[in-house]
Amino acid sequence: MPDKTAEKVTTATGEPIPAAAVATDAGPAPAKARSLWSDAWHDLRRQPLFIISSVLILLLLVIAIWPGLFTSASPRQADLAKHYLQKPQWGHFFSPEWLGYDGQGRSIYARVIYGARASITVGVGVTLCVTVLGTFIGMIAGYFGGWIDSILSRVTDVFLGIPFLLGALVVLNTFEKRSVWVVILALAFLGWTQIARVARGAVITIKQADYVMAAKALGASTTRILFRHILPNALAPIIVVATIALGGYIAAEATLSFLGIGLTEPTISWGGDVSAGREQLRNAPFTLIVPSVMVSVTVLSFLMFGDAVRNALDPKLR
Amino acid sequence: MGRYVARRLLQMIPVFIGSTLIIFLMMYALPGDPVRAMMGDQAYDPSVVASKRKELGLDLPILQQYWNYLSGLVQGDFGTQIASQQPIADVIARVFPVTIRLTIFAFAFVSIVGIGLGIIAGLRPDTLRDRGLLTLTLILVSMPSFVLGFLLQWLLAFQWPIVKPTVQDDTDITQLLLPAIVLASLSLAYVARLTRTSIAENLRADYMRTAVAKGLPRRRIIGVHLMRNSLIPVVTFLGIEIGNLMTGAIVTEGIFNVGGVGNEIYQALIRREGATVVGIASLMVLIYLAASLIVDLLYAVLDPRIRYA
Amino acid sequence: MTTIDKTSSVPAPRGSDDFGGPLLEVRDLHVEFHTRDGVAKAVNGVNYTVSAGETLAVLGESGSGKSVTAQAIMGILDMPPGRIPKGEIFFRGEDMLKMSADERRKIRGRKIAMIFQDALSSLNPVLSVGYQLGEMFRVHQGLSKKEAKAKAIELMDKVKIPAAKARVDDYPHQFSGGMRQRIMIAMALALEPDLIIADEPTTALDVTVQAQVMDLLAELQREYNMGLILITHDLGVVADVADKIAVMYAGRIVETAPVHELYKRPAHPYTKGLLDSIPRLDQKGQELYAIKGLPPNLTRIPSGCAFNPRCPMAQDICRTDIPALFPVTERDGGELPGRGSACHFWKETIHG
Repeated sequence: MPDKTAEKVTTATGEPIPAAAVATDAGPAPAKARSLWSDAWHDLRRQPLFIISSVLILLLLVIAIWPGLFTSASPRQADLAKHYLQKPQWGHFFSPEWLGYDGQGRSIYARVIYGARASITVGVGVTLCVTVLGTFIGMIAGYFGGWIDSILSRVTDVFLGIPFLLGALVVLNTFEKRSVWVVILALAFLGWTQIARVARGAVITIKQADYVMAAKALGASTTRILFRHILPNALAPIIVVATIALGGYIAAEATLSFLGIGLTEPTISWGGDVSAGREQLRNAPFTLIVPSVMVSVTVLSFLMFGDAVRNALDPKLR
Repeated sequence: MGRYVARRLLQMIPVFIGSTLIIFLMMYALPGDPVRAMMGDQAYDPSVVASKRKELGLDLPILQQYWNYLSGLVQGDFGTQIASQQPIADVIARVFPVTIRLTIFAFAFVSIVGIGLGIIAGLRPDTLRDRGLLTLTLILVSMPSFVLGFLLQWLLAFQWPIVKPTVQDDTDITQLLLPAIVLASLSLAYVARLTRTSIAENLRADYMRTAVAKGLPRRRIIGVHLMRNSLIPVVTFLGIEIGNLMTGAIVTEGIFNVGGVGNEIYQALIRREGATVVGIASLMVLIYLAASLIVDLLYAVLDPRIRYA
Repeated sequence: MTTIDKTSSVPAPRGSDDFGGPLLEVRDLHVEFHTRDGVAKAVNGVNYTVSAGETLAVLGESGSGKSVTAQAIMGILDMPPGRIPKGEIFFRGEDMLKMSADERRKIRGRKIAMIFQDALSSLNPVLSVGYQLGEMFRVHQGLSKKEAKAKAIELMDKVKIPAAKARVDDYPHQFSGGMRQRIMIAMALALEPDLIIADEPTTALDVTVQAQVMDLLAELQREYNMGLILITHDLGVVADVADKIAVMYAGRIVETAPVHELYKRPAHPYTKGLLDSIPRLDQKGQELYAIKGLPPNLTRIPSGCAFNPRCPMAQDICRTDIPALFPVTERDGGELPGRGSACHFWKETIHG
């Protein structure tokens, strides 16, 4: 690697994660000394982006947990008499026929409501796994350096060398039945590298901070230094990358399911429904437009949320 | 410089082996058996199946199979497609030019439109124009390419029929326009956002103030001092995106029925054609690694602060 | 990429200009910044003049408005959020604030040049120093790339950078701090301007290097007979170099004086406090004086004299009336040319 004076780490949206987001020093104390976190929270509450995305995400979470609150129809009940040519009844809010019926005569409205659970579980699940795994690996590599870092960095390179979509296709294709958990593990298996790199970079910066030196000089144990001094301060950039990546994982799950290599029946997934509706693009476009819109709105909500968090945690953008 | 390149090339070898090994192991962990699939009815005779497996080297331990594959690869032999008995190198030679065309098209789109939008937004940060473009890119990022693909297909082919819904002739540039736009959209949005952030950040740099104090004309301040610095991260990001565009082609080629690498690898996956998947995947890994090496070298050329360590 | 605009004519030779007044005159300058927390009044009525060959040191803590004044003179304030609601800046008798953007640009670099504090961040990291120096000649004088490079080497020699010829293609990060600051000085000197503004030119440097750089600057100023505005918070730096000093506090000049007069007999409690807080060998063992309190928040400058909350001599009048810059005289009323103090109790301060 060329010796980059300021190693740039990029998020899923390609923006550099500024080193400033790494809390290495408190800077000139304002009138009231506020921590990075309370400052960020103060900033977040005033961002329209944050408010809109939080409301949307809360709504999506409620839908995912209690889909029955939103529709009485069953997403799996097929009634060929109500086949896809029955157009949406725009006036009939929340009724099974509201958004029309798909090719097998199932209520599209019920299907998109019940499809939320899989999408969001995958998104949140992959993000959690990737964050824990990536932070752990990155922290070990960054803190210990030397040959441990060399080995872990090469392993990271190996996983980075596999194109994400292609890798996911290959991994998932080895499973006959693919539940939410299989998809989560497969995506996490391939996706941890990004967080690992960010965590490694942050830890290397923080490791040199005076307060870590002081803790070392006072004889603090390695675990104590790692978890009490380094981790809390490396968290900001990791959280930024993770929240932005969340939307990306939801999009990835939808794309894989669309390709027929993501979630399988009986799990209801928006991507799968788009794929099932593709033959009707000309005659009954709503069969794929409705789940498409749901995917996009969900991804958008999480991306906006990630953007808002980044704005708040990145003092340079203020 | 020469030594650095040599060292980087050496470092690429274990990474290449590691990446392809993972793909190889995954592919051959598949429960399906390509020989049975290929032979159909004849497969009832276990001795025929066994001899065929032996002939293809499928009875060897998996690591040995991988070793054989790798040594073939060094001699340019990607293996043989089991179903069609075609050498995979021939398959690649047939489908690769199509994807290259599509990727180049999309890449041009990403570079020109993405950087252009980013500059427009970044030069006036926090104005209405900037916020509008940021919102637009956010929407583009949140649309998976199959969503955007179908949306455009529906609008441009069925609602207002101005293009054909699928690609009939993949040498016709005009037909590749729509798939290229769909393929480009995600990277384009990223590049626009990255350019915007980079420009807005550099705009506040001390050396920009110096350039003004030197009495330089605005054109020169922006064109030489600002751009030179701001575009360094963008150029490196673009290099990495080449690899992502090629894998993104799996979806785009499927939607628009383009006979390229993406389609081929997807069909091979469905048919459980391990050799084809691994062959094409190895090529993609190689392209990705080459791209990141070029990016690192380019980075060092563009930014004098970076030394070859 | 490198379109050079050749608007420039060669600058008029020095001295052909028969303008008789001071080189630069700042009159009642006000600068404010509109921020989220309110309007920050950074400069509140500054007056000063600089003549050819003269060095004015502007002294003050950070936030006193000394750098903002300089940026207003250079025309490099960020506007918005910055705004100049009031004031005039005359350069050779012409108000620069009334000039077009293009006229001002032609003064920048050619007639008035600036040296910044942090040379590392103020030089473009991805362009060679030769390019950045040569750019002055290419843009302002229309020289070719080759001629510009020769001029750049000449300049680097002038500021005593060893092996200039070999180092002309190096990048800023390859130089030491002192050498970088010399490059900044060379860049400012390139077109032999009439006035140089040096904003804390030595603050970022080691003490030993500081003296070298200051000496170089003073030497070149004498050689070219330039006006120099030296902005600093360090009283030690100015003593040998400056002719006169203006002390700023909260966007106002609180005291002006010829340099040695100020050191001998300060006429403002703030100046007095600054001088007393310099550690001195002959007072070893005594407690070091420190001005109590913090510089004021520019969005809420105290009423009356801005220094009153920190002033040991403050009376009621100081909290209500803003003191004008009173002319300072001897105890018997004898004139002290160039001296002024914005303190209601200047007499007590200087004579008491």
